Amino acid sequence: MIQVQNLSKRYGDHLAVDDITFTCRPGTVTGFLGPNGAGKSTTLRMLTSLTIPTSGSATIGGHRYSDIPNPGAQIGVLLDASAQHNGRTGREVLTIAAQTMGLDRKRVDEMLDLVGLSPKEAKRRVGNYSLGMRQRLGIASSLLADPQVLILDEPANGLDPAGIHWMRQLLRHYADRGGTVLLSSHLLHEIEVIADEIIVIGNGQIVAQGSKDELLAGAGTFVRALEPDELARALSVAGIHVTPATADGFSTDADPADVGKAAAAAGVALVELRPGDRAGLEDLFLQLTAGNQRDALAPAPAPGFGPAVQQGGQA
Amino acid sequence: MTAVAPEVGIDLNRPRVPFTRLVGVELRKLADTRAGKWLLGAIAAISVLVMVIMLWVVLANDISVSFKDFLIAMSVPMGVLLPVLGVLSVTSEWSQRTALVTFTLEPHRGRVLAAKVAVGLVVALFAVIVAAIAAAFGNVIAGAASDATVWNVNLLELLGFYAMQALGILMGLTFGALLLSSPAAIVVYFAWAFVIPTIFQVAAAFIGWFEDLLPWIDFATAQTPLFDGGWTGEKWAQLLVSGTIWLIIPFIIGARRVLRSEIK
Repeated sequence: MIQVQNLSKRYGDHLAVDDITFTCRPGTVTGFLGPNGAGKSTTLRMLTSLTIPTSGSATIGGHRYSDIPNPGAQIGVLLDASAQHNGRTGREVLTIAAQTMGLDRKRVDEMLDLVGLSPKEAKRRVGNYSLGMRQRLGIASSLLADPQVLILDEPANGLDPAGIHWMRQLLRHYADRGGTVLLSSHLLHEIEVIADEIIVIGNGQIVAQGSKDELLAGAGTFVRALEPDELARALSVAGIHVTPATADGFSTDADPADVGKAAAAAGVALVELRPGDRAGLEDLFLQLTAGNQRDALAPAPAPGFGPAVQQGGQA
Repeated sequence: MTAVAPEVGIDLNRPRVPFTRLVGVELRKLADTRAGKWLLGAIAAISVLVMVIMLWVVLANDISVSFKDFLIAMSVPMGVLLPVLGVLSVTSEWSQRTALVTFTLEPHRGRVLAAKVAVGLVVALFAVIVAAIAAAFGNVIAGAASDATVWNVNLLELLGFYAMQALGILMGLTFGALLLSSPAAIVVYFAWAFVIPTIFQVAAAFIGWFEDLLPWIDFATAQTPLFDGGWTGEKWAQLLVSGTIWLIIPFIIGARRVLRSEIK
């Protein structure tokens, strides 16, 4: 449904987006993951005809966004939740959008209800909204026309963990009805919770893409046994390299299935066998983007990356 | 994953957003913010205030005035406020970053800009109607006091009065589109409207050839026949030339900027 083909954007001698190609299918939530300044927003702006690509194409349903009549009624877009007039009320923001698209005004109330903004909150000026409330308002705006395609830039930014799970449910339900969702984030844990497919971008280039399961498979395995020494020996015999993670556990790059087989073959009783944990996932994100993003130039060691990114705003 | 509904596809045969609806939306956007409400309110309030002050002076000093005098007095505050409204209708999209939403809902930016021009013309009409009502009211009272009510404005002159206010708001729109920043556009507009004419007058007084040139580049002076009459072929030509220099060419440059600038 969303197709990006050899898309590039050059500003002077800076290549913001460098020959990227990807597809988002109906029924899936695609997460566009990358550090700030990686080219996510530029890509989404090219997809919505706000920025002219230097080369390549970005189409929705085979058409350029600007060729689609009344595009807001077919494609829901949220590019920046803060891009609203501070003097307008939340309800007024939605009313203007609904009026432009030619929608029934009662959609405004339905959407306010859907995103959990109370009538009292809807009467307040957007200038007094928290970032989370602005995100909810922006999502309400993108869903007004019940579009088939959703393009959301950093929609989970400013939402609390409960809000992120709410968004997961909302978008999951939407995709299950055949909708196509593309959302961006610079935070791995958001994408991890919300998306099915992940595209990782760093320094304008796609560094990894695939289903969440595929990408997470690279995070390896954590395994624990009653007799850790025997386990280590058994795995070593099977050619699986391990590193001690806890007193009686190891982590390894190998598949959980291979580790389980090796342990069973040697008759070692396992206490725990599971895919690599969150740290492994962070490592993956780091590993995928470290060589391709600006923080890599700083002397700070890699583990400092996680919290540093959390504080960062959208570039 | 549950069963996925068949892909419906993007429909290219739907109607685009009608222009009238874009105008309606832009009109609403002008009036639904505090700045917009205050400016529109101020235009009405100041027209009434000007009428009251004039009546007070006229009645106290036993001067005879006409409908035209009232209208001229009211055109001064309007000439200040309407251009500001024109500036804000464009620049607020950038300073508040709503252009991101506006141009996502209507990617053909020229249509949005055209809608803003149409709204400017509508607002100028609103301002002229308010001013005319206040002026008529003042004129009736002043006339009752002096036993002579003078209605010395014909329909053509009233249209000319409207054209002047409309040109004012279009100048504001133009400066807004050129600079895409509210404070910069307002400051530059006032410098152009109030400082440059003075400099021109001084220059004309000292430089002979500039004095001959001035009527062709002084847009404000060239507009005076709109209301005062006395049209000649040369005056029309002067309005056209000065209007091309200060309104048409800058508007084209500003429109190109609005159409092409990257929205972030």
